[in-house]
Amino acid sequence: MNLTETKDFIVHTKSLKEVRVFSREVFDKLKLDNELKDELVLAIAEAAQNIVKHAYKGVEDTKDHMQIKISLNDNQLEIGFFDKGKPVVAENIQHRKLDDIKPGGLGTYFIKQIMDDAVFKKDEQQWVNHLVLTKKI
Amino acid sequence: MSYKITEEGNISTVFLNGEIDMDVTEKAKEVILPLVEAGKEVHLNLKDVSYMDSSGISVLIESHQKALETNTKVVVKEVSKSVLKVIMMAKLEQILNLE
Repeated sequence: MNLTETKDFIVHTKSLKEVRVFSREVFDKLKLDNELKDELVLAIAEAAQNIVKHAYKGVEDTKDHMQIKISLNDNQLEIGFFDKGKPVVAENIQHRKLDDIKPGGLGTYFIKQIMDDAVFKKDEQQWVNHLVLTKKI
Repeated sequence: MSYKITEEGNISTVFLNGEIDMDVTEKAKEVILPLVEAGKEVHLNLKDVSYMDSSGISVLIESHQKALETNTKVVVKEVSKSVLKVIMMAKLEQILNLE
């Protein structure tokens, strides 16, 4: 089954639940098993959280939207995240070492654990950041 | 997220309910940390927590570390399968007091 679904969300922590609901609805349509669905929803939620937390750091009550696009083509799942926040320097993104136990720094680690690949692309004129997560399912 | 607190001797049990994400972490910390700072042994009952992300994990770590500082402990109880998976992904099952 091939499918593409896109939805915009206000950049705010209050949108994170809505992001999860959207993701679950798409994965329900794809009839993914619950364990995989939970993992993918977590990866998407972490990436959306990073937009709110980092790309819009210090920006309160923005009216900007972020866009999430979930596509499945020939068992290749691609999830795109688009935002107009501060430009992300991909080389600066690092998760904390797991044995350095402290709050924070795990979202990117979860994404890398769950997905096959995570790449920032410079192909969208109308957006500032475009993150693409992919996974063969 | 909603919560309920019960007290028995020096043990405060916090029953958390719902989904714990970045939107509710401050509220969760406001509930848990004062109990730890007061020297209570805090039991976090997560049986009704259906979802937790890295922000929720941060609350567990911060609570655990604050307890170590104040010579008490935080026990994480009745963790749902989906939340346990996230705790294990963070390799914290040996660090947090899970029951």
